[in-house]
Amino acid sequence: MSNWLMAGLLFTPLALATVSLLLGFRQGRALSWLGMLLQLLVSVGLWWLVRHEGGFYYTLAGWDAPLGIELRVDGLVVTFLLLTTLVASGCGIHAGFYLEPDRPWQRYFWPLYWFLWAGLNTVWMGGDLFNLYVGLELITLSAVGLVALGGQAEALRAALRYLLAALLGSLAYLLGVALVYGQFGTLSLADVAGQVRVSEHALLMRPALVLMLVGLALKTALFPLHGWLPPAHGIAKSPVSALLSALVVKASFYIAARVWLEAGVAVASQWMAQLLGVLGAVAIIWGSWLALCQPRLKQVVAYSSVAQIGYLFLLFPLTFGVEASVSLHAQQGITLQVISHALAKAAMFLAAGNLILAVGSNRVEALAGVSHFLPFSLFSFGLAGVSLMGLPPSGGFAAKWMLLQASMASGQWWWIMVLAGGGLLSAAYVFRIYKASFLERDEQDHFYHPDRRLEVAAMLLALASLGVGVSGSQVLSVMAMPFEEVQ
Amino acid sequence: MMQQALIPVFALLCSMLAAAIIFTLPEERQRLRTVINLLAALIKVALVGVMTWGVLNERDYGLSYEILPGVSFVLQADALAMMFAGLSAVLWLLTTIYAVGYLEGSPNRSRFFGFFSLCVASTMGIALAGNLFTFFLFYEMLTLSTYPLVVHRGTDKALRAGRNYIMYTLSGGAALLLGIIWLQGLVGDISFQETGQLKDVDENLHLPLMLVFGLLVAGLGVKAALFPLHGWLPQAMVAPAPVSALLHAVAVVKAGAFGIVRVVYDLYGIEFATLLGVLEPLGWLAAFTIVYGSVRALSQSDLKRRLAYSTVSQVSYIVLGAAVFGPVGTVGGLVHLLHQGIMKITLFFCAGNYAETLGIHKVQELNGAGRRMPLTSAAFTLAAFGMIGAPPLAGFVTKWTLGSGALNVGMEWVVAVLLISSMLNAAYFLPVIHRLWFLSEYEWSYQRRWGRLETHSWLLWPPLVTASLTLLAGLFAVLPFSPLSWAELIAAREYLP
Repeated sequence: MSNWLMAGLLFTPLALATVSLLLGFRQGRALSWLGMLLQLLVSVGLWWLVRHEGGFYYTLAGWDAPLGIELRVDGLVVTFLLLTTLVASGCGIHAGFYLEPDRPWQRYFWPLYWFLWAGLNTVWMGGDLFNLYVGLELITLSAVGLVALGGQAEALRAALRYLLAALLGSLAYLLGVALVYGQFGTLSLADVAGQVRVSEHALLMRPALVLMLVGLALKTALFPLHGWLPPAHGIAKSPVSALLSALVVKASFYIAARVWLEAGVAVASQWMAQLLGVLGAVAIIWGSWLALCQPRLKQVVAYSSVAQIGYLFLLFPLTFGVEASVSLHAQQGITLQVISHALAKAAMFLAAGNLILAVGSNRVEALAGVSHFLPFSLFSFGLAGVSLMGLPPSGGFAAKWMLLQASMASGQWWWIMVLAGGGLLSAAYVFRIYKASFLERDEQDHFYHPDRRLEVAAMLLALASLGVGVSGSQVLSVMAMPFEEVQ
Repeated sequence: MMQQALIPVFALLCSMLAAAIIFTLPEERQRLRTVINLLAALIKVALVGVMTWGVLNERDYGLSYEILPGVSFVLQADALAMMFAGLSAVLWLLTTIYAVGYLEGSPNRSRFFGFFSLCVASTMGIALAGNLFTFFLFYEMLTLSTYPLVVHRGTDKALRAGRNYIMYTLSGGAALLLGIIWLQGLVGDISFQETGQLKDVDENLHLPLMLVFGLLVAGLGVKAALFPLHGWLPQAMVAPAPVSALLHAVAVVKAGAFGIVRVVYDLYGIEFATLLGVLEPLGWLAAFTIVYGSVRALSQSDLKRRLAYSTVSQVSYIVLGAAVFGPVGTVGGLVHLLHQGIMKITLFFCAGNYAETLGIHKVQELNGAGRRMPLTSAAFTLAAFGMIGAPPLAGFVTKWTLGSGALNVGMEWVVAVLLISSMLNAAYFLPVIHRLWFLSEYEWSYQRRWGRLETHSWLLWPPLVTASLTLLAGLFAVLPFSPLSWAELIAAREYLP
């Protein structure tokens, strides 16, 4: 059965991408509905399989490591596959009704969308460093294409900037990978992890680790390497922005986290861990502050991503040189943060897109009066905001709680300050939007009413981000599913 | 057994469900919305009634599940929980009736009643929360769901007040969260329990526990409007009258005061808190707030702002009661949780009636309103006398119990505070009453008539009911199920050896 599931996860997105390249927007859309359903079935199937038989390694086409393509499937992978299915489907459904089918280049949306999805699945399951690189490049190229889909000069400029930053990041990462290969003669992450623990030359791994982390941090838009993100996420079509903020930046972070946890912790030093944490902390504060200052709605949401990504980097100090239980709490907190930010940010971008569609302007002040015109979308925006602020009952709060617990238990109280302050700052920019939309003006324009289905897509994702908050233990239990070392 | 876990859950869900339905109703389905509102409120009163009866007979209602690794979501109904739950259930019903009348014909009612229901669901959660984590969940949910109510009118002034409200309460929430996480780090996830949970901790945890207490009280004190954290409350007066009534009498300020009571009695335990020496500063702070609020109330010319400062002052009675060691003092503080609720909600209902019927906002515009609106003014007068502490009204019972409790344990200064406060209360309420009944009619620029009645009947009945409760709670204080006897029940359980 695992053969079928793997094929479903890796080849069907590629096949769909190729086929939809030949079709128009509407046919591509019809095909994509089927594809989403299939992804849902396959990822739930994989969850069922891992739950009953445990996680496993899978070698593609029978080629063994170190040469072949090695895939690893465990609870965490299943968590991310399910998350991808949920978020990408939500964004895809939204895009299906949001994009105008008759614009000439819009038909490229579906091929790029499915290439992106294939890349994401590859990264989640990738077991060796080179495969991870391939997946990452697939993601980058399709994401850049999606940004450029807007068509205006500004979008092309943002896309180009994004492309350059991403390629630079890839280069650094690839250099790191090459160093690892030269050192250990293997690319399998599991092998590298095993060798680092016993080898006396483990410290030679350090430059490679730094290179990889820098490259990945650039792709994840960690402060101060975040400059490319807000223009790209701000100018892209709303469902595209949602995909980019929710999933694409998480892919490079995921690789960084896996490299760190499996091999990095053994060779890194305290200052590296703390430095990454500090950069994350600055990103939280600085990103939130900039979000507060943005005059345009989508830029607010985009800068909010910069801030929320900062939280992810607290993983590094909270898992380095601490007790296993603290490290586990930190990992759980970060996983929850990835999940809830993905859901909430996707919901927020989609809702923002609906609001912009309704008022016909991207400016925050234009929202006046929208609260009784488009309450449903505004409510979705609000619910997503609750999660970003880290207020209960939401996934963002659950994540924050776990991180607070980990900081408290490891005695790194300074992260507690950052977590509390960051929450207040994000409340400031979220409430700024509420405030603008609650304002009642006499000269009320006539708003355009977007399609109901657009509103429902945003609402479901927002509700899911709250759902994570009330079922944190259940969500985390997927991650903790057993792993069988039998191939 | 199953049923006993379900009742608290239903009590929570019934207003959440009502909120969900109301949000999706179109604006013009007014009748259906009212029916759903009232139905949910009645069901809630019934459920709370059942639980109260059960708690009296020592039944356990509750549920608990692990929401995140290391911490549980706990609901439990004990005597103290039922006190707050009962207050919010009954006053929700009355406020709903009032709000339906008050907002007739105004825009955005779906949104208003949706958030209104969420707000009440949060108070119910706060009442039933079985540990600090669960308490915090609902505490923040309350903050979020009251914001749209405060800014309901959408004017610049309302939005500014809303921003201030959010700044204060979210900062308070952050302090509270820090306190909770710190406490969790020190002693793990502990649930509320009568007589407290921390008695047996290690000696060297005493200092951190004192600091945690400070953080918790600071976080809760924002909502309880303890000086100097009270600044949001008078500003929040721009909200529509039913919101002021609910915020000030039940939901927000009481959530803070209730939280402090929970922390003192059911987390630290009154004996351990006394041992730590944290109660005395708390008592002084409460006493200062009592006097300060009253003094500020004196100089307010806006009726609702005057009432708001009066709230600042009165809520601290509850905190003061918690800070006085000894069962009688406890009873005095707890009973005020209910008494202040019914008295203050009456005053706000009446203020709303004056504003709706005669356009009155300032105190001097009240001249002669007693003849034009006798029933409303009678209710107002009754509640104001209750606030002053005139026997045999509810406020007197509070002050008497609180005073004698303080004397029992040799805290004479509390009595002095009570006396000063009562005099100040009289100083800012008696002129209002004088204006109502004894001065000639003000030239109101705006008058609305509703047939035979002095005002809309949905606006008239709620204050009359709560005003009579003020009288009854004082007259029949010794009967079972009166606020006083329920507070005595709680105190008896808190001081069990």
